[in-house]
Amino acid sequence: MATTATLAKAEDRAAVTHAARIEHVSKSFGGPAGGQLVLDDISLDVAPGEFVTLLGASGCGKSTLLNLVAGLDRPSAGSIETPGGRPALMFQEHALFPWLTAGKNIELALRLRGVPKAGRREEAERLLELVRLGGSYGKRVHELSGGMRQRVALARALAQDSDLLLMDEPFAALDAITRDVLHDELTRIWRETKLSVLFVTHNVREAVRLAERVVLLSSRPGRIAHEWTIDIPQPRRIEDSAVAELSLEITEHLRGEIRRHGQH
Amino acid sequence: MASTDTTPKTDDLAGLEAGLDALDTVQIRRTPVREVLVKKVFPPVVAVVLVLGVWQLLVSLKVTDEYKLPAPSAVWDSLTTMWLEGTLLDVLWTSVSRALFGFLLALVIGTPLGLIVSRVKFVRAAIGPILAGLQSLPSVAWVAPAVLWLGLNDSMMYAVILLGAVPSIANGLVAGVDQVPPLFLRAGQTLGATGLKGAWHIVMPAALPGYLAGLKQGWAFSWRSLMAAEIIASSPDLGLGLGQLLENGRNNIDMAGIFLAIILILIVGIAIDLLIFSPLERAVLRRRGLLAKG
Ligand SMILES: Nc1ncnc2c1ncn2[C@@H]1O[C@H](COP(=O)(O)OP(=O)(O)O)[C@@H](O)[C@H]1O
Ligand SMILES: [Mg+2]
Repeated sequence: MATTATLAKAEDRAAVTHAARIEHVSKSFGGPAGGQLVLDDISLDVAPGEFVTLLGASGCGKSTLLNLVAGLDRPSAGSIETPGGRPALMFQEHALFPWLTAGKNIELALRLRGVPKAGRREEAERLLELVRLGGSYGKRVHELSGGMRQRVALARALAQDSDLLLMDEPFAALDAITRDVLHDELTRIWRETKLSVLFVTHNVREAVRLAERVVLLSSRPGRIAHEWTIDIPQPRRIEDSAVAELSLEITEHLRGEIRRHGQH
Repeated sequence: MASTDTTPKTDDLAGLEAGLDALDTVQIRRTPVREVLVKKVFPPVVAVVLVLGVWQLLVSLKVTDEYKLPAPSAVWDSLTTMWLEGTLLDVLWTSVSRALFGFLLALVIGTPLGLIVSRVKFVRAAIGPILAGLQSLPSVAWVAPAVLWLGLNDSMMYAVILLGAVPSIANGLVAGVDQVPPLFLRAGQTLGATGLKGAWHIVMPAALPGYLAGLKQGWAFSWRSLMAAEIIASSPDLGLGLGQLLENGRNNIDMAGIFLAIILILIVGIAIDLLIFSPLERAVLRRRGLLAKG
């Protein structure tokens, strides 16, 4: 990428006050009348360069909200702005295309972004290097382990060169050791790239390990129940006592939210 | 509070990650030639030898008249006679070239048809069920109208092939497109592959295995349809193909010739599949890690 473009982009980032602005968003499925209300009046800003985790029980509407921000679906009410253009999105499943190699998956993202053919290979290699998969350009998806697949998926998302990265429980299917390593990697890459991240999870410790701000979503309908700003310095460990302490507090809130549903 | 001494050093992390990758990576092993011979080549050879043995045994025991069940050697003699007369390759080529040309025609028509049926809701509702139903209609049924419409010539043969193979190819593509995982479509959409770009970069490659299965079946139908056409519609103008060879055998009460024709029809059908379609299909599935190793 040309340096001037990068600079222009950095200026853009400074000019806007948010990477995503979600305003009074509601979403219901089913008919326009009497459908199931999944999200109710959600308002949330993600600042440029901020790392926000969206935490909530299964089925509370986290994926629904992320799909709305990604532009894959339309809100029933309210508005969503992403000034940096189409956000990048990572799923729980790697969603890599099995007919392409790891490197070609990334090159496809570059191509669709409009990067000319000459620069693609080099840029793909650089992105693989960034997720520490330098030698894996020619590997097929099925030849990679679960953790490696998610790293390629991360590299492909980064290839979109979007200001905002949306992540939908991307590490939920990985074993604990691998997940721990990927937390460290994600933190490192977030700090290097100055991306804004909106990260969805149902795992409280993961939320606290990663985020500058944790937003708790209630269930049925999904509303913002509580917010915590976290100033524990990065890189953190998931075992840190400060992480554990805050996790405990958030878990209590989450349990309270879930308990409310048992009372009716 | 997190103390700095518990934070991992970058080098440690890289090392840890490299270790995890090494431990968790699937080892891909290529099957050695010996194993392929023992597991893939040997069993069918045994089966063929067994069939020949049983056949010879039945002939030796004289379970039926010679004109009803010729000896394997008699069939072999028919084959060598044809070879020495120089007609064998001509007959094979007449049928194979017809079938392959007809198949290519079916490919050119069936592919866009399949695309339209899979993408345009109205067209799908209108002709989707008919297209699926046509697959179960024996192509022999088309020979009679084709002869009346087009006369006893090559066009009539191609018409019968098309009516047999186009539905298979189109249906294969429709099935392939239907089975594209929605996750791929959503992933493509977030990358900016929508509309035609989405069709080209995501839907088509994702549907390839289903399409290939359709082509395979399309070939089988092409070959069958052609044989039906050749057997029923024989005429001196049409050039001698395998179907006519079989029909001539019947007219001359030459059971060895009939057996030879049947065996040749079988072998050609299998050979084209084995030489063209199966390798293609396996290559695609292997690249995607969809081929079960056994
Ligand atoms: N396309 C859809 N149609 C109908 N209901 C849906 C659809 N997508 C999600 N839902 C419902 O919305 C709720 C929230 O789903 P989701 O956003 O996937 O939750 P989460 O990601 O928090 O586990 C669930 O009750 C689910 O059944
Ligand atoms: Mg979800």
